[in-house]
Amino acid sequence: MPLKLVTGNHAAGYALSAAAEANRGARGAACGIYPITPQTEIVEYVAKFPFTKTRVVPVESEHSAMAVSMGASLAGARAFTASSSNGIAYMVENIMVAGYYRLPIVMVAVNRTLGPPWNIWADQGDTLMLRDFPWLQFYCEDNQEVLDTTLLAFRLAEDRRILLPALVAMDAFILSHTQTGTSLPDQADVDRYVPELDLPHRMRHESPTTLGGLVWPDVAMSLRLEIDEAMERVDEVLGECRKAFIEQLGRDPGAAVQTFATEDAEQVLVVSGSIATTAREVVRRRREEGERLGLIKIKMFRPFPESAVREACRGAAKVAVLDRNYAAGIGGIFCQELRALFQGDRDGLVIQGYLTGLCGGDVTPAMIEDVIADLGGRVEAGKPVWMGMADGKGGNR
Amino acid sequence: MTALSGSPRDPSGTLGGPEAPAIPCTEECLLRPGNTNCGGCGMGVGLTMLGRALAEAGETCTLAIPACCGIVTAGAFPTTSYGVPTVATTFASAAAFASGIASIRDLNEETGQVICWAGDGGTYDIGIATLSAAAERDENIIYFCYDNEIYGNTGGQRSSATPPGARTTTTPLGKTEEKKDILAIMAAHRIPYAATLSIAHPEDFARKIHTALSISGMRFLLMHSPCPTGWKSEPSESVELVRQAVSSGLFLLYEVWGGRTYRMNLEPAWTDPAEYYRRQRRFGDDEIDLAATRRICRERFERLKVLAEEFPYEETRAEK
Ligand SMILES: Cc1ncc(C[n+]2csc(CCOP(=O)(O)OP(=O)(O)O)c2C)c(N)n1
Ligand code: SF4
Ligand SMILES: [Mg+2]
Repeated sequence: MPLKLVTGNHAAGYALSAAAEANRGARGAACGIYPITPQTEIVEYVAKFPFTKTRVVPVESEHSAMAVSMGASLAGARAFTASSSNGIAYMVENIMVAGYYRLPIVMVAVNRTLGPPWNIWADQGDTLMLRDFPWLQFYCEDNQEVLDTTLLAFRLAEDRRILLPALVAMDAFILSHTQTGTSLPDQADVDRYVPELDLPHRMRHESPTTLGGLVWPDVAMSLRLEIDEAMERVDEVLGECRKAFIEQLGRDPGAAVQTFATEDAEQVLVVSGSIATTAREVVRRRREEGERLGLIKIKMFRPFPESAVREACRGAAKVAVLDRNYAAGIGGIFCQELRALFQGDRDGLVIQGYLTGLCGGDVTPAMIEDVIADLGGRVEAGKPVWMGMADGKGGNR
Repeated sequence: MTALSGSPRDPSGTLGGPEAPAIPCTEECLLRPGNTNCGGCGMGVGLTMLGRALAEAGETCTLAIPACCGIVTAGAFPTTSYGVPTVATTFASAAAFASGIASIRDLNEETGQVICWAGDGGTYDIGIATLSAAAERDENIIYFCYDNEIYGNTGGQRSSATPPGARTTTTPLGKTEEKKDILAIMAAHRIPYAATLSIAHPEDFARKIHTALSISGMRFLLMHSPCPTGWKSEPSESVELVRQAVSSGLFLLYEVWGGRTYRMNLEPAWTDPAEYYRRQRRFGDDEIDLAATRRICRERFERLKVLAEEFPYEETRAEK
């Protein structure tokens, strides 16, 4: 298929619209939309798409955007939205509810620094804030992955074995506003790949139910367990969705965890999002110089792909985790996940956290070289290392 | 991960359980017996009247209910007092949730009203931005606010619908501010229909429901809802209290079409409001300036009457 030059936002808007259109033979689709830099182009794309059976509702806030999408979903339609940064923070209450109502809503998020200070550049703090909600979370490396993962997210989220909302994230500007060659599938291909939705618990006049009323602890607990069981099934269903994607669209949408040269690696870099492209290039170069370095890109953050990450780190003695996010008082969030994963399992493994590119800072090849140098000199892990600070602040602590 | 002890699953399944037989919309189907309302709750009476009007019109509905007594009324899972599809929305979101549901109903050319059933807190306060936006978009929903002038569900705190002088747990000395004029606010959105309702005037109540059912787009209904628990009144006097509110001119019955044409439904008898205040222990003895209250009520009525005379509803219809 020929490539077209499009931005990450365009890719997301394209995929959301095509997936919504693909449900025209069933109950249609709807979304609440509200703009925020750098997501605005996505909702503008959706607003002008010539849908057959979709209503785009331009609401007054992100909180209502998710509420409209939830109402549509409960009425049995395909539903989606998009947001970023403070918009996500404003939406939080309803983001949570979408998960607990088991509504397969797809939300594209453009990762942007939470303010204050006012800063519109890339930082994953906005979506990682949602890490304990019942949502699937994917972090994309490039525009093709944004498009493919968004389509895949509908199929995965709407699968009866899952029925959980899904979030597809991309870095602000680095992806959202940068054009790259991207393959845009035909509507017919999307129609085939994202089947029509039949939501089992949609509201029906024939069998009225009351959703969200009082539930005693024993049953409420079992609803939580059902979420946990659905999360456990994601690996398998994701595998099926990926396989079908490859077969039908002739391209790999990417695994939950993607590795580069980890087989015999002694030191491994763990990254997510657009940093992966830069880091892979540095690792490839150093490999050519004979160094036993490897790279792990974590694309799926929720559920956390425990076994794939464990397997990819098998031969490593040291791991550097590069986080473009900061959890106050503890450090990078991916780093905490890795430490929790290996705690009591491989206590000797050195897992060092690096805060790279926070608040939209550039993550350059030189910075990644610095990370590798720092990791190489370590015998044990310490506090997170702040990289790229003005005035040389931060550094080893 | 596995459960440590047997988890008590609902055998019918919380997701996609077997379909129950279809329940036609009957008078009892909106609010069934066994609901958890306090004795004398006006909201329960309002729901029953709404259910009756829907049944008469051969209509069914879906309810979107924000956090309020109205959702507590459902009782505990797996039982529910509501016989129609009902969803609990977040406190601020009823109108937006309903917009989503109604959008899909309309896309699929289906019937059935989508009704928000919300308290004054979810309407005048936390939900007002969402409601205002839904009104501005002229969403095809009925928004019903039962106004008990208090946050009942959380134990009786003030709202911006609480009248001056009323003691609540957050205005222990009595509220000093006026009550918001929510009907004027909604009418100012120029929505197709806005009306006030009283359970003490059941024929007028039913007629307005039927009017709302015959119109599409955003319809806003405001019901004065007696709340013995919050008003510290006798449950048996609930209907009498709201009757006195109407007869003394404290709560005016009127309708507004498109924010442009008006109809007054009743000229108050101008009975002494003292009795209304005396029967509710939320108002302290002799703390209300009755003369001022009477004057304010008169003024409000006169102003609306002028509008209704200058811009009567019938003429607009004749023009069409
Ligand atoms: C976001 C949020 N804030 C606060 C609450 C707590 N809360 C639940 S119901 C309620 C008051 C409801 O008052 P009203 O809308 O007047 O309905 P009523 O209880 O009087 O029927 C409050 C404050 C909540 N559920 N959600
Ligand atoms: S607190 Fe008031 S509104 Fe709530 S159920 Fe009791 S009487 Fe009705
Ligand atoms: Mg109230």
